[in-house]
Amino acid sequence: MKLGLCLKLGLVTLVSVVMIGCASKPKHEADMEDMSGEGISGVGPYGTFTGSDLTPEEAEALRQQRVFYFTYDSSSLPPEDLRAIEAHAYYLVHHPHARVRIEGSTDSRGSREYNIALGERRAQAVARAMFLAGAQNDQVAIVSYGSEKPAVQGMNEEAWRYNRRAEIVYEAE
Amino acid sequence: MLKRIIGLFVLLYFPMAHAYLEIEITQGVDAAMPIAVVPFQGADLLPPELNVSDVIHADLARSGEFKLFAETNMAQKPSQVAQVEYAYWRNLGLEALLIGEVIPMTTDRFRVRFSLLDLVMKNGGTTPTPLLVREFTTDKHELRHLAHHISDLVYQKLTGFPGAFSSRIAYVGLQWINGKPGQYRLEIADADGYNPQTLLKTGEPIMSPAWSPDGKQLAYVSFENHRSEIYIANVSNGQRKKVSNSPGINGAPAWSPDGRKLALVLSNENVPKIYILDLATDKLTQVTSGTSIDTEPFWFDSNHLLFTSNRGGQPQIYKVNLTNKQVQRMTFTGEYNARASVTPNGEYMVMIHRNQGRYHIAAQNLKNNHILILTETSMDESPSLAPNGRMVIYGTVDRNKRVLSAVSIDGRVKLRIPTQDGDVQEPAWSPLLM
Repeated sequence: MKLGLCLKLGLVTLVSVVMIGCASKPKHEADMEDMSGEGISGVGPYGTFTGSDLTPEEAEALRQQRVFYFTYDSSSLPPEDLRAIEAHAYYLVHHPHARVRIEGSTDSRGSREYNIALGERRAQAVARAMFLAGAQNDQVAIVSYGSEKPAVQGMNEEAWRYNRRAEIVYEAE
Repeated sequence: MLKRIIGLFVLLYFPMAHAYLEIEITQGVDAAMPIAVVPFQGADLLPPELNVSDVIHADLARSGEFKLFAETNMAQKPSQVAQVEYAYWRNLGLEALLIGEVIPMTTDRFRVRFSLLDLVMKNGGTTPTPLLVREFTTDKHELRHLAHHISDLVYQKLTGFPGAFSSRIAYVGLQWINGKPGQYRLEIADADGYNPQTLLKTGEPIMSPAWSPDGKQLAYVSFENHRSEIYIANVSNGQRKKVSNSPGINGAPAWSPDGRKLALVLSNENVPKIYILDLATDKLTQVTSGTSIDTEPFWFDSNHLLFTSNRGGQPQIYKVNLTNKQVQRMTFTGEYNARASVTPNGEYMVMIHRNQGRYHIAAQNLKNNHILILTETSMDESPSLAPNGRMVIYGTVDRNKRVLSAVSIDGRVKLRIPTQDGDVQEPAWSPLLM
């Protein structure tokens, strides 16, 4: 229980950092990476989740979620998504050869290159959550497609809410 | 004085196998100068796409600056100055007349002669004054480009501004397959939409095409390797080289005025910042710093870059001095201004401007900072100035599809460029090529 608590506290800290977005200084980001280093030491091998409230089955079920949606102009992840991202991180911890690519996207309004920057923030938010839960740096790549690769065709809020997203793509599983 | 021509589209489409982009005038200018382009003698013997006078007619009409007298109403069709019956043309209220002839030298070589006549004759006199008399000889396949060049000469003589007909447009085409983005194509067409050719085809996004100052190379961003990378392609043979593939964002390439450097954006998986890459030495210099998003560099001159930054909270345009790195804010109207570029005469800065939640193309007068919103549509992006600074081509949305449109720098002339299928986006207007 202790280790799980540790992780959860880590995630709570992450949420607050993500909430204020990249307005935080890089120094803080470096601090966060140190925290993720602490997190690694606390995570047991995959399948023996003593101390975590995720069973392997739960983790695997949660890991089915590969797309995470964001509200307009935000790179904050809701707590329920953080659970699924944690499950992906557990998988990476247990499978050192597994690799993911996190693809960040925005809706199609506004300037394309500026949207690339916003999309990267979303990918970064997911990547940080994964590092915090124990994924290794070389297991996680990020790319921002900005508004270049919409999931849904259409020029209305219904389409846009599905396009503001980060997707986890397994390059090696 | 504006005159809306709604529903009455002037269709400038040549029914040719490869034609892809049609250009329609949707709003013209009431005060457009009335002129006539008489069909050049011998031009009708050539295939329609090489009909020199038809091409010139279409160019001049599309500029929105002229009202072209219809050929079908011409009772006379002179091809030489001596044949011009001045009173007839003058009585039609025309101010200028273009006449000429196309003379075959061999089956593959042609001579084109033309005269531009001033019918107003402000200087008095009784016969039309030739404003411009020229003669060119060229290969058959170059007749269309020659026609654009003649349009440039006529435009300059009549308006005082250089023409921009001898230029090309690069843009990105996106084909949707089963409701998903399927194929991205980097294409280049002549400025009138003719002869589109594909430079790159890939299943992953392509963005931000940028012409070198000599019009021979095109820099662009490709995601074909599931990451952003900047390439420079030779336009004539398609050969390319990768010039940037740092971790994270590689974006928004912009050529320096001398063509030796590329301003670009790198995030190094942290935060996007402006850099300058020396293309000869590969030396990379960081221009901006800090924790804000900085992107979309534009060379204001050889020592200043404009760029978009959210350092003030929302995206606005800033200018950085490359020598002392001092940064100056350029936009103060509206909560979102991005992707700036400046007309060659330094008079106007064109950008994406959000107003009441709608994204428009706007021009900011750099003398008094007054902003003029040029477009009425709400999802406008990627403004790109014509080499003469008189028109802006941009991407917008029409009936749920991404299309290109163009608007004059004063907002008076509006052009629509509908497409057959798929999305067309991110236009980049080339420099003058002749």
